[in-house]
Amino acid sequence: MKSYLPTKFIIERDREQCISCQVCINQCTCQAHYFDSQDNEVYARPEKCVSCHRCVVFCPTGALRVRRNTSEYRDNYNWRPEIVDDITKQAESGGVLLTGMGNDKPYKIYWDHLLLNASQVTNPSIDPLREPMELATYLGQKPDSVQVGPDNTLAKNLPPQLKLDVPVMFSAMSYGAVSLNVQHSLARAAAESGTYWNTGEGGLHHSLYDYAESTIVQVASGRFGVFADYLNAGAAVEIKIGQGAKPGIGGHLPGEKVSADVSLTRMIPEGTDAISPAPHHDIYSIEDLAQLIWALKEATNYTRPISVKIAAVHNASAIASGMVRAGADIVVIDGLRGSTGAAPKVIRDSVGIPIELALASVDSRLRQEGIRNRASLVIAGGIRNSSDVAKAIALGADAVYIGTAALVALGCHVCQQCHTGKCSWGICTTDPGYTRRINPEIGARRLNNLLRGWSLEIKDMLGGLGVNALESLRGNRLHLRGVSLTDSELEILGVRMAGR
Amino acid sequence: MESKVSENIRINAANIAHKELNSMVKQAVMRGVKRIELFNVHGQRYIGTDIFEPVEITIEGTPGNDLGAFMNGQRLLVYGNAQDGSGNTMNGGEIIIHGHAGDITGLAVRGGQILVRDDVGYRAGIHMKEYKEKKPVFIVGGTAQDFAGEYMAGGVMVLLGLNLEPGSKHNSRYIGTGMHGGIIYIRGDFEDYQLGKEVGVAELDEADIKQLSGLVNIYTGHFGGDATSILNGKFKKLYPRSLRPYGRLYAY
Repeated sequence: MKSYLPTKFIIERDREQCISCQVCINQCTCQAHYFDSQDNEVYARPEKCVSCHRCVVFCPTGALRVRRNTSEYRDNYNWRPEIVDDITKQAESGGVLLTGMGNDKPYKIYWDHLLLNASQVTNPSIDPLREPMELATYLGQKPDSVQVGPDNTLAKNLPPQLKLDVPVMFSAMSYGAVSLNVQHSLARAAAESGTYWNTGEGGLHHSLYDYAESTIVQVASGRFGVFADYLNAGAAVEIKIGQGAKPGIGGHLPGEKVSADVSLTRMIPEGTDAISPAPHHDIYSIEDLAQLIWALKEATNYTRPISVKIAAVHNASAIASGMVRAGADIVVIDGLRGSTGAAPKVIRDSVGIPIELALASVDSRLRQEGIRNRASLVIAGGIRNSSDVAKAIALGADAVYIGTAALVALGCHVCQQCHTGKCSWGICTTDPGYTRRINPEIGARRLNNLLRGWSLEIKDMLGGLGVNALESLRGNRLHLRGVSLTDSELEILGVRMAGR
Repeated sequence: MESKVSENIRINAANIAHKELNSMVKQAVMRGVKRIELFNVHGQRYIGTDIFEPVEITIEGTPGNDLGAFMNGQRLLVYGNAQDGSGNTMNGGEIIIHGHAGDITGLAVRGGQILVRDDVGYRAGIHMKEYKEKKPVFIVGGTAQDFAGEYMAGGVMVLLGLNLEPGSKHNSRYIGTGMHGGIIYIRGDFEDYQLGKEVGVAELDEADIKQLSGLVNIYTGHFGGDATSILNGKFKKLYPRSLRPYGRLYAY
């Protein structure tokens, strides 16, 4: 069938600068460049280009530009090009449209409507260059009260806690969705920066057991690679109920991505589909969730915090209350912008609620019920920079997960082709020819640099607020003001309008 | 002189919560006890979880949900009925239930054996899987409720139908819905509509008969009965029609 889809991008090659070295051909995973031996020239197949910029970055003479194709549809606010293209794709394939990364639609980003305070005159700001600033964060259940013994130590042991030197962890990204080199980069950076990375639901490769103390192991509905050693390997166990990119649905890792090594870690035969059902079939209620939480506590002999992750959905606050009462030590909420290696486009773009609103309502609800101390609150989904982190903490989060930001640090250019398995940056692929493009040592250095940069910025923001510990900002919504928000939005966020 | 650890211990489970009971079991295992008998068991969960020695635990009474969850090579003998989720995500070992078992028995089992003398509840054997030498076996003497073997990705499930009245059919509908691996041997009658649409039906070949004969002998070894007469019954093999049941779901 002839495809009616228009070419999305144009590849411009400056002939004066091109030296026909063919680096672009070797770097492109979509065959968008080719060499014509008769002309002795490199040409483009622009219809294949996904605008990942791999060739642009690696062209040694800077001869390449990728631009949007300028041939425009007639203006129509209703029948926009994306909508016309989607219908065309479905007419030509008859299937569910898949996509990667997070929701790219212009829903309001509340972080951009929240502003932090700073001290002026009436209380002094603190200079983080000469004053110590405390970012240490402990995740886990906190008791209602503590008793201190005569020797100034705790009379009763605290429930198990995770200690973070920086309140930013790496989101669950499974082996299979991302490459082993990506996981090595994340694990090494987590260990070196004093934070945690998360296995996702694909099991833990044996080469990563060295980083166990910085690892959160995940248990999802497919139960891939879950067994006693795995559960006890991690510093915490996370039950994945849902994911911001695809609330309410399961996952299918297609058989062609289940290589020998992926099959070893997932503990399923090579080449078979890895199917994660939409629900855990042992969890149809809060009581059932409690059963799995306590099964995992029993399986780890009550030495690990148990985290439960849900997607931010309409009733997230009531559900979160149930999760805490079910025994979750850490509650994770993944918002509308949460990313994925593959999800139906219609789900990614239309299901869930913005994380800022979900966070504010969950934190408020747990406080109202007097159970906020019984679990830590971690959010995920679209955290882009240190000010998003600081605002999330002021809204009530204990820490955040970053996924896309971490991958961008590794090279991702957010071309949203994760589901194709042809990631030119070697991130979201298991093809050994491409996965080599990530060097775990360099990857870890890039991630450490990012976390260091964000930590310094967070310390600057704290100093400006006149506080010297992240704990003083946590849940302190008086440090936030809103701009361009409605009364309802301000009410849900628990934030005053700027100027008030 | 070395202090001798008693090989056997009996624990009265009356009026103690699961955490305490399991802690007593774990401590006994750490002392080197090899056989543990629990009596007056009344609904305590997670018995057999988080044990790393090849011990045998006998359970008199009714163990609670998630019996042997994440279990790793132990042997659990239940003299009574089991509740929901026995063998949840079990990696190895044996669970032998002299009675019936509840819903989601054998959920996501990846190794070892689960034997139930009588019936099982809904969604039994859901998402069983196998990898290389790890090939779980799940034998049910009676019948199952709906969704037996749903999403099955590996291993062997046997429904013997021993307690079906003559002329009556298996209870389960949607058998093997979403099945993409493994085998179900089923003895006794069922209608086509009781099967999931991903399931194929075949007669047993020689290899099947050999495998099944071994499994039925394991069953009769524990629960009695005549293996030959059971094997003379009418068996069918249910298999996944595709290893990629959802391969044509997506646009690209």
